[in-house]
Amino acid sequence: MARKQNELIKLENAGVCRGGNWLVRGVTMNVSAGEIVTLIGPNGSGKSTTAKIALGVFDTDEGSAFCESNLRVSYVPQKLVVDWTLPLSVKRFLSLTNKVDEKEIRTALCSTETLHLINAEVRTLSGGEFQRVLLARAIASSPQFLVLDEPVQGVDFNGEIALYKLIEKIRNELNCGILLISHDLHVVMSTTDKVICLNGHVCCSGAPATVASNPEFKALFGERAAASLAFYEHSHDHEHLPDGSVKRGSEAMTRDFQATSKSLPMSQSRGTKRVGNKI
Amino acid sequence: MLDDFFSRAIIGGIGVALVAGPLGCFIVWRRLAYFGDTLSHSALLGVALALLFEVNVTLAVFLVSVFVAFALLLLQRQATLSSDTLLGLLAHSALAIGLVVLAFMTWVRVDLMGFLFGDILATTKIDLGLIWFGGISVLGVLSIIWRELFAATVSLEVATAEGMKPERANAIFMILMAVVIAISMKIVGVLLITALLIIPAATARSFSRSPEQMAIIAVVFGITAVCFGLLGSLEWDTPAGPSIVVAALGLFISSFLPKVLSRKTKI
Repeated sequence: MARKQNELIKLENAGVCRGGNWLVRGVTMNVSAGEIVTLIGPNGSGKSTTAKIALGVFDTDEGSAFCESNLRVSYVPQKLVVDWTLPLSVKRFLSLTNKVDEKEIRTALCSTETLHLINAEVRTLSGGEFQRVLLARAIASSPQFLVLDEPVQGVDFNGEIALYKLIEKIRNELNCGILLISHDLHVVMSTTDKVICLNGHVCCSGAPATVASNPEFKALFGERAAASLAFYEHSHDHEHLPDGSVKRGSEAMTRDFQATSKSLPMSQSRGTKRVGNKI
Repeated sequence: MLDDFFSRAIIGGIGVALVAGPLGCFIVWRRLAYFGDTLSHSALLGVALALLFEVNVTLAVFLVSVFVAFALLLLQRQATLSSDTLLGLLAHSALAIGLVVLAFMTWVRVDLMGFLFGDILATTKIDLGLIWFGGISVLGVLSIIWRELFAATVSLEVATAEGMKPERANAIFMILMAVVIAISMKIVGVLLITALLIIPAATARSFSRSPEQMAIIAVVFGITAVCFGLLGSLEWDTPAGPSIVVAALGLFISSFLPKVLSRKTKI
């Protein structure tokens, strides 16, 4: 498999099948160092599954997944319940999989504004606090590849913006590759280098502006979402205007995936049904 | 000192409590109480097979426990039944096969009660060697896989994603469980092993701030229960295994006393 120099992970036509159903199929994507790639899509579209393929938690039933060897990986899962029988302080939780020293723990907690919780028991935290601690845990070990599955769920409005800023800052400081799953289209689009829109397969992908103008994206999220996104992009033209070559690449990709989706009548019809429900 | 049967019983009991504490914590954290029961029930099949083939009882119990543990793993992947159903199926099938095999062997007279409730007062020097050697090996291996096993307990996916090998740690944990069941059968008997694993760990929970602390406190409670239980058994001439479990229960209940008292003073 041909790959570029600084590519951290690469999926090629990857798919996962469980109990006869394809959770996701035909995903081709890569994340390079210093790049933020965002997965968007309706519920059940295979975002978390795709992230888990990239992490090696799921093996591919089709296609292939490549991961740079000895990569320092951090993962903020969509859902993590710490059993109440576990006596676990925030401090101990931060060194769950990697040994990190006290200073790194404090710096990480500080950046997510949770330093005061350092000795608290994890199960006593509120939803938003726990989410911040999860993010702190992920960045404490200075990862090279960071996967964030809805990292700001349950976080208050001001905190949300601050955490997205933090994610961007982490990318700049550590030059790590970030795979982000999020529903906050507006915020996400401004910080993302590449968007991949999933619905059981890859609908469209490319720079935020390209995706926003894609008809499949409009069909999936509705005209209003696309319009607000396009409006947003427009006001930030100076920062995020995709150059011609990128645009051409993503168009070629989109055509590919349209071809794939035609061969998948099941997932296609499932997708349409969900869109119907959503609208 | 080892010539006195009571000292041997105490030393054997302490050896078992040492390993039961940390492993019991994982049983509590992972909600595997019924898994412990399944392994210990199938120990009786190990006893029957040991008598049939005239091999060492502890070894046979260990092998059968390992077999049952991995049969469970395999069934969980293949079958569409829930874990508790599979555990019940394995536990009672193994127990029943064990009893049937024993019934066929009319030439051996087995003290079933000894296996069911333990025969700690008949602990030999060889038993002691086995308990302490096995126990220290288990603790050694557990300390090596501790971080991985604990991370897998919190989240299997995060541990896998961040480069650990939690599946391997889980498999090793099952083998360690089998060792503990095999070596502690003599002390508390197959029916009560799970109690010795769970009750000290459950008692330790409210006093612990970290997982490591909980493991150590569970060991302390376990040793205390063994000592009180055996002394009580000697005093009132009660069966040793059940007496230890009753002592452990007593500790568990009294661990609530500080809370209850502080609540009363507040009112």
